[in-house]
Amino acid sequence: MGNVRSILNAFDLLGEQVEITDSPAKLSSAEAIILPGVGAFSDGMKNLRQKDLIKVLKREVIDKKKPYLGICLGLEFLAEKSFEGGEHEGFGWLKGTVMRIKPSDLSLKIPHMGWNDTMILKNAGLLKDIKNPTFYFLHSYYLKVDDTERDIITSVCNYGGTSITATLQKDNIYAVQFHPEKSQSDGIKLLKNFIEDIRK
Amino acid sequence: MLKHRLIPNVIVNNGSVVQSINFKHTNIIGNAITAVDFFNSWAVDEIIVLDVSRHTDYRTKFHKIVEGLSKRCFIPLTVGGWIKDVKEIQQFLTEGADKVSINTEAVNNPDFIAESSKIFGSQCIVVSIDVRKSISNQYEVFIDRGRKSTGFHPIEWVKKVQELGAGEILLTSIDNDGTGKGYDLELVRQVAESVSIPVISFGGVGEWQHLVDGIKIGKADAVSAANIFHYTEHSTYNAKEYMVKAGLNVRMPTFYRLPTPRKPKYNEIY
Repeated sequence: MGNVRSILNAFDLLGEQVEITDSPAKLSSAEAIILPGVGAFSDGMKNLRQKDLIKVLKREVIDKKKPYLGICLGLEFLAEKSFEGGEHEGFGWLKGTVMRIKPSDLSLKIPHMGWNDTMILKNAGLLKDIKNPTFYFLHSYYLKVDDTERDIITSVCNYGGTSITATLQKDNIYAVQFHPEKSQSDGIKLLKNFIEDIRK
Repeated sequence: MLKHRLIPNVIVNNGSVVQSINFKHTNIIGNAITAVDFFNSWAVDEIIVLDVSRHTDYRTKFHKIVEGLSKRCFIPLTVGGWIKDVKEIQQFLTEGADKVSINTEAVNNPDFIAESSKIFGSQCIVVSIDVRKSISNQYEVFIDRGRKSTGFHPIEWVKKVQELGAGEILLTSIDNDGTGKGYDLELVRQVAESVSIPVISFGGVGEWQHLVDGIKIGKADAVSAANIFHYTEHSTYNAKEYMVKAGLNVRMPTFYRLPTPRKPKYNEIY
Protein backbone atom coordinates (compact mmCIF):
# COMPACT_ATOMS: atom_id res chain seq x y z
CA MET A 1 0.00 0.00 0.00
CA GLY A 2 1.05 3.57 -0.32
CA ASN A 3 1.27 2.91 -3.99
CA VAL A 4 1.96 6.22 -5.73
CA ARG A 5 0.43 4.84 -8.90
CA SER A 6 -2.95 4.49 -7.17
CA ILE A 7 -2.87 8.15 -6.16
CA LEU A 8 -2.15 9.20 -9.74
CA ASN A 9 -5.01 6.96 -10.90
CA ALA A 10 -7.41 8.53 -8.40
CA PHE A 11 -6.59 12.10 -9.44
CA ASP A 12 -6.71 11.02 -13.06
CA LEU A 13 -10.26 9.86 -12.41
CA LEU A 14 -11.05 13.32 -11.06
CA GLY A 15 -9.62 14.89 -14.20
CA GLU A 16 -6.70 16.49 -12.36
CA GLN A 17 -3.12 16.69 -13.56
CA VAL A 18 -0.72 15.19 -11.05
CA GLU A 19 2.97 14.62 -11.56
CA ILE A 20 5.54 12.71 -9.53
CA THR A 21 8.50 14.97 -8.91
CA ASP A 22 11.44 15.75 -6.68
CA SER A 23 12.22 18.99 -8.46
CA PRO A 24 12.12 22.16 -6.30
CA ALA A 25 11.13 24.19 -9.38
CA LYS A 26 8.10 22.00 -10.04
CA LEU A 27 7.09 22.04 -6.38
CA SER A 28 7.32 25.78 -6.54
CA SER A 29 5.12 26.13 -9.63
CA ALA A 30 2.52 23.54 -8.57
CA GLU A 31 -0.94 24.55 -7.40
CA ALA A 32 -0.75 22.09 -4.49
CA ILE A 33 1.63 19.52 -3.07
CA ILE A 34 0.60 15.96 -2.24
CA LEU A 35 2.96 13.92 -0.12
CA PRO A 36 2.05 10.23 0.09
CA GLY A 37 4.21 8.03 2.24
CA VAL A 38 5.71 4.62 1.83
CA GLY A 39 7.89 2.80 4.33
CA ALA A 40 9.54 3.88 7.54
CA PHE A 41 9.48 7.41 9.00
CA SER A 42 13.24 7.76 9.34
CA ASP A 43 13.94 6.52 5.78
CA GLY A 44 11.38 8.95 4.41
CA MET A 45 12.81 11.91 6.30
CA LYS A 46 16.33 10.90 5.27
CA ASN A 47 15.34 10.83 1.60
CA LEU A 48 13.66 14.23 1.83
CA ARG A 49 16.69 15.66 3.62
CA GLN A 50 19.16 14.20 1.10
CA LYS A 51 17.22 15.72 -1.76
CA ASP A 52 17.12 18.97 0.16
CA LEU A 53 13.34 19.02 -0.10
CA ILE A 54 12.41 19.81 3.49
CA LYS A 55 13.29 23.46 3.21
CA VAL A 56 11.57 23.66 -0.20
CA LEU A 57 8.43 22.17 1.36
CA LYS A 58 8.66 24.58 4.29
CA ARG A 59 9.06 27.57 1.96
CA GLU A 60 6.09 26.50 -0.19
CA VAL A 61 3.71 25.25 2.51
CA ILE A 62 4.56 27.35 5.57
CA ASP A 63 5.85 30.60 4.05
CA LYS A 64 3.84 30.73 0.81
CA LYS A 65 0.79 28.90 2.23
CA LYS A 66 0.55 26.46 -0.68
CA PRO A 67 -2.06 23.71 -0.10
CA TYR A 68 -0.50 20.48 1.17
CA LEU A 69 -2.13 17.06 1.34
CA GLY A 70 -0.25 14.48 3.38
CA ILE A 71 -1.28 10.86 3.02
CA CYS A 72 -0.27 8.23 5.60
CA LEU A 73 3.43 8.97 6.22
CA GLY A 74 2.75 12.42 4.74
CA LEU A 75 0.54 13.03 7.80
CA GLU A 76 3.05 11.60 10.26
CA PHE A 77 5.88 13.81 8.91
CA LEU A 78 3.99 16.87 10.20
CA ALA A 79 4.83 15.90 13.79
CA GLU A 80 7.71 17.26 15.82
CA LYS A 81 9.10 13.78 16.25
CA SER A 82 8.40 10.09 15.71
CA PHE A 83 9.22 7.11 17.89
CA GLU A 84 9.27 4.65 15.01
CA GLY A 85 12.55 2.72 15.35
CA GLY A 86 14.21 5.22 17.70
CA GLU A 87 13.53 8.91 17.96
CA HIS A 88 13.44 10.94 14.75
CA GLU A 89 12.72 14.55 13.99
CA GLY A 90 9.74 15.40 11.76
CA PHE A 91 8.74 18.64 10.00
CA GLY A 92 7.39 20.04 13.26
CA TRP A 93 4.61 21.93 11.48
CA LEU A 94 2.26 21.02 14.29
CA LYS A 95 2.57 20.02 17.92
CA GLY A 96 2.48 16.27 18.21
CA THR A 97 4.40 13.02 18.21
CA VAL A 98 4.14 9.80 16.22
CA MET A 99 3.66 6.78 18.48
CA ARG A 100 3.19 3.05 17.99
CA ILE A 101 -0.43 1.90 18.19
CA LYS A 102 -0.93 -0.15 21.35
CA PRO A 103 -4.37 -1.72 21.36
CA SER A 104 -5.64 -2.56 24.85
CA ASP A 105 -7.31 -5.61 23.30
CA LEU A 106 -4.36 -7.90 22.61
CA SER A 107 -6.21 -9.88 19.96
CA LEU A 108 -6.11 -6.79 17.72
CA LYS A 109 -3.32 -6.90 15.21
CA ILE A 110 -0.60 -4.46 14.23
CA PRO A 111 -0.45 -3.15 11.54
CA HIS A 112 -3.93 -1.72 11.76
CA MET A 113 -4.95 -2.89 8.30
CA GLY A 114 -8.35 -2.86 6.68
CA TRP A 115 -11.60 -0.95 6.55
CA ASN A 116 -12.56 0.91 9.68
CA ASP A 117 -15.25 3.36 10.74
CA THR A 118 -14.13 6.92 11.14
CA MET A 119 -15.88 9.41 13.39
CA ILE A 120 -16.18 12.85 11.92
CA LEU A 121 -15.58 15.76 14.29
CA LYS A 122 -15.80 18.54 11.71
CA ASN A 123 -17.94 18.08 8.66
CA ALA A 124 -16.08 20.49 6.40
CA GLY A 125 -13.00 20.67 4.22
CA LEU A 126 -11.90 17.16 3.28
CA LEU A 127 -14.96 15.62 4.91
CA LYS A 128 -17.64 17.89 3.45
CA ASP A 129 -20.81 15.91 2.62
CA ILE A 130 -19.28 12.62 3.73
CA LYS A 131 -21.42 10.70 6.21
CA ASN A 132 -20.36 7.79 8.45
CA PRO A 133 -17.36 6.95 6.30
CA THR A 134 -15.36 3.75 6.28
CA PHE A 135 -11.77 4.16 5.12
CA TYR A 136 -8.94 1.78 4.30
CA PHE A 137 -6.14 1.99 6.87
CA LEU A 138 -2.68 0.48 6.80
CA HIS A 139 -0.24 1.65 9.48
CA SER A 140 1.45 0.68 12.74
CA TYR A 141 2.12 4.21 14.03
CA TYR A 142 -0.20 7.16 14.51
CA LEU A 143 0.00 10.87 15.12
CA LYS A 144 -0.82 11.94 18.64
CA VAL A 145 -1.64 15.62 18.45
CA ASP A 146 -0.72 17.72 21.48
CA ASP A 147 -3.71 18.72 23.63
CA THR A 148 -3.05 22.41 22.95
CA GLU A 149 -3.67 21.85 19.26
CA ARG A 150 -6.37 19.20 19.27
CA ASP A 151 -8.86 21.36 17.40
CA ILE A 152 -7.00 20.67 14.14
CA ILE A 153 -8.23 17.04 14.25
CA THR A 154 -11.26 16.68 11.97
CA SER A 155 -11.90 12.93 12.35
CA VAL A 156 -10.71 10.04 14.49
CA CYS A 157 -10.71 6.28 14.28
CA ASN A 158 -10.86 4.13 17.40
CA TYR A 159 -8.66 1.06 17.20
CA GLY A 160 -8.67 -0.99 20.38
CA GLY A 161 -8.89 2.06 22.61
CA THR A 162 -6.34 4.16 20.72
CA SER A 163 -7.87 7.28 19.22
CA ILE A 164 -6.12 7.56 15.89
CA THR A 165 -5.94 10.95 14.19
CA ALA A 166 -7.61 10.01 10.89
CA THR A 167 -7.78 13.45 9.27
CA LEU A 168 -6.64 16.92 10.22
CA GLN A 169 -6.55 20.40 8.84
CA LYS A 170 -4.38 23.30 9.95
CA ASP A 171 -4.93 26.23 7.61
CA ASN A 172 -3.53 25.14 4.22
CA ILE A 173 -2.21 21.83 5.60
CA TYR A 174 -4.51 18.86 5.06
CA ALA A 175 -3.59 15.31 6.05
CA VAL A 176 -5.08 11.83 6.26
CA GLN A 177 -3.75 8.70 7.94
CA PHE A 178 -5.70 6.21 5.80
CA HIS A 179 -5.55 5.66 2.04
CA PRO A 180 -8.25 7.69 0.27
CA GLU A 181 -7.03 6.37 -3.10
CA LYS A 182 -8.05 2.87 -1.94
CA SER A 183 -11.19 3.80 0.01
CA GLN A 184 -13.58 3.68 -2.93
CA SER A 185 -16.40 6.24 -3.01
CA ASP A 186 -15.65 7.88 0.37
CA GLY A 187 -11.98 8.19 -0.54
CA ILE A 188 -12.55 9.60 -4.01
CA LYS A 189 -15.03 12.07 -2.54
CA LEU A 190 -12.42 13.17 -0.01
CA LEU A 191 -9.85 13.85 -2.75
CA LYS A 192 -12.47 15.74 -4.71
CA ASN A 193 -13.21 17.79 -1.58
CA PHE A 194 -9.51 18.62 -1.28
CA ILE A 195 -9.46 20.02 -4.80
CA GLU A 196 -12.67 21.97 -4.28
CA ASP A 197 -11.62 23.33 -0.90
CA ILE A 198 -8.30 24.72 -2.10
CA ARG A 199 -10.00 26.41 -5.07
CA LYS A 200 -12.74 28.02 -3.00
CA MET B 1 -13.62 -2.39 14.73
CA LEU B 2 -12.16 -3.60 11.49
CA LYS B 3 -14.72 -4.87 9.02
CA HIS B 4 -14.94 -8.36 7.65
CA ARG B 5 -14.19 -8.19 3.93
CA LEU B 6 -16.01 -9.46 0.88
CA ILE B 7 -13.57 -10.15 -1.94
CA PRO B 8 -14.49 -11.17 -5.48
CA ASN B 9 -11.86 -13.39 -7.05
CA VAL B 10 -11.33 -12.98 -10.76
CA ILE B 11 -9.75 -16.05 -12.40
CA VAL B 12 -7.98 -15.19 -15.64
CA ASN B 13 -7.00 -17.90 -18.12
CA ASN B 14 -5.24 -16.95 -21.35
CA GLY B 15 -6.37 -13.35 -20.92
CA SER B 16 -10.08 -14.04 -20.29
CA VAL B 17 -12.09 -14.39 -17.11
CA VAL B 18 -13.13 -18.04 -16.66
CA GLN B 19 -15.20 -20.18 -14.39
CA SER B 20 -13.24 -22.65 -12.28
CA ILE B 21 -14.64 -26.02 -11.16
CA ASN B 22 -12.29 -28.18 -9.06
CA PHE B 23 -9.48 -26.16 -10.66
CA LYS B 24 -10.56 -27.02 -14.22
CA HIS B 25 -11.21 -23.90 -16.22
CA THR B 26 -14.31 -24.07 -18.28
CA ASN B 27 -16.65 -21.33 -19.48
CA ILE B 28 -15.17 -18.09 -20.59
CA ILE B 29 -17.11 -15.42 -18.75
CA GLY B 30 -15.71 -12.30 -20.36
CA ASN B 31 -13.02 -9.73 -19.95
CA ALA B 32 -11.43 -8.76 -16.69
CA ILE B 33 -11.88 -5.00 -17.07
CA THR B 34 -15.67 -5.34 -17.36
CA ALA B 35 -15.76 -7.72 -14.40
CA VAL B 36 -13.75 -5.39 -12.20
CA ASP B 37 -15.69 -2.29 -13.28
CA PHE B 38 -18.77 -4.12 -12.20
CA PHE B 39 -17.34 -5.20 -8.81
CA ASN B 40 -15.80 -1.83 -8.18
CA SER B 41 -19.18 -0.13 -8.54
CA TRP B 42 -20.54 -2.08 -5.59
CA ALA B 43 -19.37 -2.25 -2.05
CA VAL B 44 -16.80 -4.98 -2.35
CA ASP B 45 -13.77 -4.42 -0.16
CA GLU B 46 -10.90 -5.73 -2.20
CA ILE B 47 -10.34 -7.58 -5.47
CA ILE B 48 -8.13 -10.58 -6.18
CA VAL B 49 -7.05 -11.35 -9.74
CA LEU B 50 -5.31 -14.66 -10.42
CA ASP B 51 -3.64 -15.71 -13.65
CA VAL B 52 -4.07 -19.46 -14.10
CA SER B 53 -2.82 -19.60 -17.71
CA ARG B 54 -0.38 -22.39 -18.41
CA HIS B 55 1.08 -20.70 -21.48
CA THR B 56 3.63 -18.02 -20.71
CA ASP B 57 2.56 -16.33 -23.98
CA TYR B 58 -0.29 -14.74 -22.06
CA ARG B 59 1.84 -13.28 -19.29
CA THR B 60 2.39 -9.95 -21.02
CA LYS B 61 -1.33 -9.69 -21.60
CA PHE B 62 -1.95 -10.41 -17.92
CA HIS B 63 0.38 -7.57 -16.94
CA LYS B 64 -1.54 -5.26 -19.28
CA ILE B 65 -4.78 -6.40 -17.65
CA VAL B 66 -3.41 -5.60 -14.17
CA GLU B 67 -2.31 -2.18 -15.31
CA GLY B 68 -5.73 -1.53 -16.84
CA LEU B 69 -7.52 -2.77 -13.73
CA SER B 70 -5.53 -0.62 -11.33
CA LYS B 71 -6.68 2.49 -13.20
CA ARG B 72 -10.27 1.66 -12.29
CA CYS B 73 -9.89 -0.13 -8.99
CA PHE B 74 -10.06 2.23 -6.01
CA ILE B 75 -9.94 -0.53 -3.44
CA PRO B 76 -6.98 -2.77 -2.62
CA LEU B 77 -5.98 -5.02 -5.51
CA THR B 78 -4.23 -8.37 -5.01
CA VAL B 79 -2.56 -10.05 -7.97
CA GLY B 80 -1.33 -13.63 -8.18
CA GLY B 81 -0.48 -16.64 -10.30
CA TRP B 82 2.97 -18.07 -11.07
CA ILE B 83 4.91 -15.34 -9.26
CA LYS B 84 8.48 -16.57 -8.82
CA ASP B 85 10.72 -13.58 -8.21
CA VAL B 86 11.03 -10.22 -6.54
CA LYS B 87 11.39 -8.51 -9.89
CA GLU B 88 7.93 -9.54 -10.99
CA ILE B 89 6.42 -8.49 -7.64
CA GLN B 90 7.96 -5.08 -8.18
CA GLN B 91 6.52 -5.00 -11.68
CA PHE B 92 2.99 -5.78 -10.44
CA LEU B 93 3.28 -3.11 -7.74
CA THR B 94 4.42 -0.58 -10.32
CA GLU B 95 1.44 -1.55 -12.45
CA GLY B 96 -0.77 -0.64 -9.50
CA ALA B 97 -1.27 -3.82 -7.46
CA ASP B 98 -1.24 -3.41 -3.69
CA LYS B 99 -0.50 -7.00 -2.71
CA VAL B 100 0.67 -10.14 -4.43
CA SER B 101 -0.37 -13.71 -3.82
CA ILE B 102 2.29 -16.44 -3.89
CA ASN B 103 1.53 -20.14 -4.06
CA THR B 104 3.69 -22.72 -5.87
CA GLU B 105 6.95 -20.83 -5.43
CA ALA B 106 6.31 -20.51 -1.69
CA VAL B 107 6.50 -24.31 -1.41
CA ASN B 108 9.36 -24.74 -3.86
CA ASN B 109 11.40 -21.99 -2.23
CA PRO B 110 10.11 -20.93 1.22
CA ASP B 111 12.88 -18.32 1.51
CA PHE B 112 11.04 -16.41 -1.19
CA ILE B 113 8.32 -15.57 1.37
CA ALA B 114 10.92 -14.27 3.81
CA GLU B 115 12.77 -12.34 1.13
CA SER B 116 9.71 -10.72 -0.42
CA SER B 117 8.05 -9.83 2.88
CA LYS B 118 11.29 -8.23 4.03
CA ILE B 119 11.52 -6.11 0.90
CA PHE B 120 7.87 -5.17 0.42
CA GLY B 121 6.51 -5.63 3.94
CA SER B 122 4.34 -8.48 5.22
CA GLN B 123 1.16 -6.58 4.41
CA CYS B 124 2.04 -6.96 0.73
CA ILE B 125 2.58 -10.73 0.74
CA VAL B 126 -0.43 -13.03 0.63
CA VAL B 127 0.36 -16.74 0.62
CA SER B 128 -2.20 -18.74 -1.29
CA ILE B 129 -2.77 -22.31 -0.13
CA ASP B 130 -4.73 -24.86 -2.17
CA VAL B 131 -5.95 -27.85 -0.21
CA ARG B 132 -7.38 -31.20 -1.30
CA LYS B 133 -8.74 -33.99 0.87
CA SER B 134 -7.24 -37.42 0.17
CA ILE B 135 -9.22 -40.65 -0.03
CA SER B 136 -8.24 -41.34 3.56
CA ASN B 137 -9.83 -37.98 4.52
CA GLN B 138 -6.51 -36.23 5.16
CA TYR B 139 -6.01 -32.62 4.17
CA GLU B 140 -3.01 -31.94 1.97
CA VAL B 141 -1.52 -28.84 0.34
CA PHE B 142 -1.28 -28.97 -3.45
CA ILE B 143 0.71 -26.71 -5.75
CA ASP B 144 1.03 -26.12 -9.50
CA ARG B 145 -2.67 -25.22 -9.70
CA GLY B 146 -3.76 -28.43 -7.98
CA ARG B 147 -1.56 -30.80 -9.95
CA LYS B 148 1.24 -31.56 -7.57
CA SER B 149 1.00 -32.89 -4.04
CA THR B 150 3.41 -31.54 -1.42
CA GLY B 151 2.93 -33.91 1.50
CA PHE B 152 2.27 -30.88 3.74
CA HIS B 153 -0.71 -30.69 6.04
CA PRO B 154 -2.28 -27.21 5.75
CA ILE B 155 -1.91 -26.53 9.49
CA GLU B 156 1.83 -27.08 9.55
CA TRP B 157 2.28 -25.20 6.27
CA VAL B 158 0.24 -22.19 7.35
CA LYS B 159 2.19 -21.87 10.60
CA LYS B 160 5.41 -22.04 8.64
CA VAL B 161 4.42 -19.31 6.19
CA GLN B 162 3.28 -17.05 9.02
CA GLU B 163 6.67 -17.47 10.64
CA LEU B 164 8.38 -16.70 7.32
CA GLY B 165 6.57 -13.36 7.10
CA ALA B 166 3.35 -13.87 5.15
CA GLY B 167 0.84 -11.14 5.91
CA GLU B 168 -2.31 -12.96 4.94
CA ILE B 169 -3.57 -16.39 3.79
CA LEU B 170 -5.80 -17.08 0.80
CA LEU B 171 -7.17 -20.54 1.56
CA THR B 172 -8.83 -22.51 -1.24
CA SER B 173 -10.51 -25.89 -1.08
CA ILE B 174 -9.89 -27.57 -4.43
CA ASP B 175 -12.64 -30.12 -3.71
CA ASN B 176 -15.24 -27.43 -3.10
CA ASP B 177 -14.09 -25.03 -5.85
CA GLY B 178 -16.93 -24.36 -8.27
CA THR B 179 -19.32 -26.82 -6.62
CA GLY B 180 -21.59 -24.29 -4.94
CA LYS B 181 -21.84 -26.42 -1.81
CA GLY B 182 -20.09 -23.90 0.43
CA TYR B 183 -16.63 -23.61 1.97
CA ASP B 184 -14.93 -26.55 3.62
CA LEU B 185 -15.71 -25.02 7.01
CA GLU B 186 -13.74 -27.56 9.01
CA LEU B 187 -10.62 -26.73 6.99
CA VAL B 188 -11.19 -22.98 7.26
CA ARG B 189 -11.71 -23.11 11.01
CA GLN B 190 -8.63 -25.28 11.60
CA VAL B 191 -6.45 -22.93 9.57
CA ALA B 192 -7.95 -19.70 10.95
CA GLU B 193 -7.48 -20.89 14.52
CA SER B 194 -3.85 -21.88 14.05
CA VAL B 195 -2.52 -18.49 12.87
CA SER B 196 -2.92 -14.87 13.93
CA ILE B 197 -2.69 -13.40 10.40
CA PRO B 198 -5.95 -12.88 8.47
CA VAL B 199 -7.38 -15.83 6.54
CA ILE B 200 -9.44 -15.35 3.36
CA SER B 201 -11.73 -18.30 2.67
CA PHE B 202 -12.27 -19.26 -0.96
CA GLY B 203 -13.88 -22.05 -2.96
CA GLY B 204 -17.44 -23.33 -3.08
CA VAL B 205 -19.80 -20.42 -2.43
CA GLY B 206 -23.21 -21.23 -3.94
CA GLU B 207 -25.44 -19.03 -1.80
CA TRP B 208 -24.98 -15.97 0.41
CA GLN B 209 -25.35 -17.94 3.62
CA HIS B 210 -22.04 -19.64 2.76
CA LEU B 211 -20.28 -16.28 3.12
CA VAL B 212 -21.78 -15.82 6.56
CA ASP B 213 -20.82 -19.37 7.55
CA GLY B 214 -17.22 -18.75 6.46
CA ILE B 215 -16.94 -15.96 9.02
CA LYS B 216 -19.21 -17.21 11.79
CA ILE B 217 -18.35 -20.93 11.70
CA GLY B 218 -15.07 -20.96 9.78
CA LYS B 219 -13.70 -17.94 11.72
CA ALA B 220 -12.27 -16.47 8.52
CA ASP B 221 -11.47 -12.75 8.52
CA ALA B 222 -12.55 -12.34 4.93
CA VAL B 223 -14.63 -14.29 2.44
CA SER B 224 -14.07 -14.64 -1.27
CA ALA B 225 -16.01 -16.10 -4.17
CA ALA B 226 -15.84 -16.09 -7.95
CA ASN B 227 -18.45 -17.88 -10.05
CA ILE B 228 -21.49 -16.83 -8.05
CA PHE B 229 -20.74 -13.15 -8.66
CA HIS B 230 -20.64 -13.63 -12.41
CA TYR B 231 -23.93 -15.45 -12.64
CA THR B 232 -26.07 -13.50 -10.20
CA GLU B 233 -27.58 -10.13 -10.87
CA HIS B 234 -26.60 -7.29 -8.49
CA SER B 235 -24.56 -9.99 -6.89
CA THR B 236 -22.07 -8.23 -4.66
CA TYR B 237 -24.70 -5.75 -3.45
CA ASN B 238 -27.07 -8.55 -2.48
CA ALA B 239 -24.26 -10.51 -0.87
CA LYS B 240 -23.34 -7.51 1.27
CA GLU B 241 -26.92 -6.85 2.20
CA TYR B 242 -27.27 -10.47 3.28
CA MET B 243 -24.13 -10.24 5.41
CA VAL B 244 -25.38 -7.06 7.09
CA LYS B 245 -28.72 -8.71 7.89
CA ALA B 246 -26.87 -11.69 9.36
CA GLY B 247 -25.33 -9.26 11.84
CA LEU B 248 -21.79 -9.26 10.48
CA ASN B 249 -19.58 -6.19 10.86
CA VAL B 250 -19.09 -5.29 7.19
CA ARG B 251 -19.09 -2.13 5.10
CA MET B 252 -22.59 -1.19 4.06
CA PRO B 253 -23.70 -2.01 0.53
CA THR B 254 -23.72 1.09 -1.60
CA PHE B 255 -23.65 1.81 -5.27
CA TYR B 256 -21.57 4.42 -6.94
CA ARG B 257 -21.03 5.02 -10.58
CA LEU B 258 -17.47 4.79 -11.72
CA PRO B 259 -16.67 7.00 -14.66
CA THR B 260 -14.17 5.35 -16.96
CA PRO B 261 -10.74 6.96 -16.83
CA ARG B 262 -10.78 7.49 -20.58
CA LYS B 263 -13.45 10.16 -20.21
CA PRO B 264 -13.22 11.42 -16.68
CA LYS B 265 -16.44 12.94 -15.49
CA TYR B 266 -15.99 12.93 -11.79
CA ASN B 267 -19.28 14.62 -11.03
CA GLU B 268 -20.97 11.36 -11.87
CA ILE B 269 -19.45 9.71 -8.83
CA TYR B 270 -21.87 11.48 -6.56
